[in-house]
Amino acid sequence: MTKPRVATVWLDGCSGCHMSLIDLDERLLDIFERADLVYSPLVDFKEYPENVDVCLVEGAVSSEEDLHKIKMVRARTKTLIAFGDCAVTSNVPGMRNPIGVQPLLDRSYIENATLNAQLPSRIVPKLLPTARPVHRVVTVDVFLPGCPPSADLIYCLLDDLLSGRVPDVAGARFGR
Amino acid sequence: MSTVFTFRIDGKDVAGTEGQTVMEVAEENGIDIPGLCHLEGIHDRGACRLCMVEIGGSPKLVAACMTRITEGMEVVAHSERLLEYRQAITEMLFVERNHVCAVCVANNHCELQQMAADLGVTHFDLPRINPKVDIDASHRLFAIDHNRCILCLRCVRVCDEIEGAHTWDVMHRGLETRVQTDMGIPWGESSTCTSCGKCVQVCPTGALFEKGRAVASGSKHERPFLPWLKTVQEERGL
Ligand code: SF4
Ligand code: SF4
Ligand code: SF4
Ligand code: FES
Repeated sequence: MTKPRVATVWLDGCSGCHMSLIDLDERLLDIFERADLVYSPLVDFKEYPENVDVCLVEGAVSSEEDLHKIKMVRARTKTLIAFGDCAVTSNVPGMRNPIGVQPLLDRSYIENATLNAQLPSRIVPKLLPTARPVHRVVTVDVFLPGCPPSADLIYCLLDDLLSGRVPDVAGARFGR
Repeated sequence: MSTVFTFRIDGKDVAGTEGQTVMEVAEENGIDIPGLCHLEGIHDRGACRLCMVEIGGSPKLVAACMTRITEGMEVVAHSERLLEYRQAITEMLFVERNHVCAVCVANNHCELQQMAADLGVTHFDLPRINPKVDIDASHRLFAIDHNRCILCLRCVRVCDEIEGAHTWDVMHRGLETRVQTDMGIPWGESSTCTSCGKCVQVCPTGALFEKGRAVASGSKHERPFLPWLKTVQEERGL
């Protein structure tokens, strides 16, 4: 029997949720005994593959790249998990929402710049009007709030999913 | 002599004296009815609606903190339907302002954050409104961040009923509703505020906080002083 295929994706977040995933420590061995990691910022696969069983998505959908990525991830993934507060509520990335993109960029790159004041225009993807929670863009199957969710909660969630149980995230809360 | 009423909450036999609310009797009997605006020691206001209960099979819901007990009443404080309403109310409290628990002074000490966890609210189906909301940090010791205010009006009541200053009140309507100090002037310019800090103590969220507090350090102390002060006030006939 082939092992379940697990992926993790990093959108607009601080990577703290991924750090918490690493905090599973030796329990990572248990998880990846039972599953294959097929895509993640923690490993070096360039392309998000087809037929992913479980994907943890960290971060809000903030840029055109995030939008493109999350739609592709959704199409190729069976169980999509909004992983952490930024993915669930838009959290810190969403603090820009009441300000608006142009005033935000002007403030950051023009008004407060001492040298070479200019708006970034090359390579960096364009910001969307607001940073949105993942479920406002694509369907989310499981929500795991927390900034970041604790390693224990992440383990419970993955353990439930890999054992074919309905995931129970009781004890999860916004913030920490 | 006051009349004693016996009645039932979630099938449990309880008793209280005439004039008490369903909420008070529930508390005395260790039955937890969720609520964010009720606070022992100040008058109830019925602002948050989280304490809604069913009475005697009537489809109409009433606020437990605003409903006086009667003989033989059958109160349902917990049901699938009530849980759904409470989850929806909690969600609305979150999306109508800008709550970012991760960077909030009340993180881990917040009654709204705890309410979401207790009721199993893991995300919001309603879109965030993202309103542009002010912070007033003009007071020497305290600040108010309206991004986190849930309009429970505990601050208004404690300042009026306990401190006797009535610095806080409410202005505007609907989504524009704000608590305000001295007819809308900056808090720091208020001539009525005694800087007692009671409003900061009773605020269930991170809206009112002491200046200079870091993220997640805004723990509010236990509040036994409130009922005590109320009694003193009443004894003196104030
Ligand atoms: S007031 Fe409470 S719910 Fe709001 S951001 Fe702060 S901790 Fe979170
Ligand atoms: S510090 Fe005291 S007097 Fe001033 S607004 Fe708060 S409760 Fe009222
Ligand atoms: S400032 Fe705090 S106490 Fe006052 S109404 Fe808002 S949430 Fe309630
Ligand atoms: S506790 Fe009853 S309405 Fe808020």
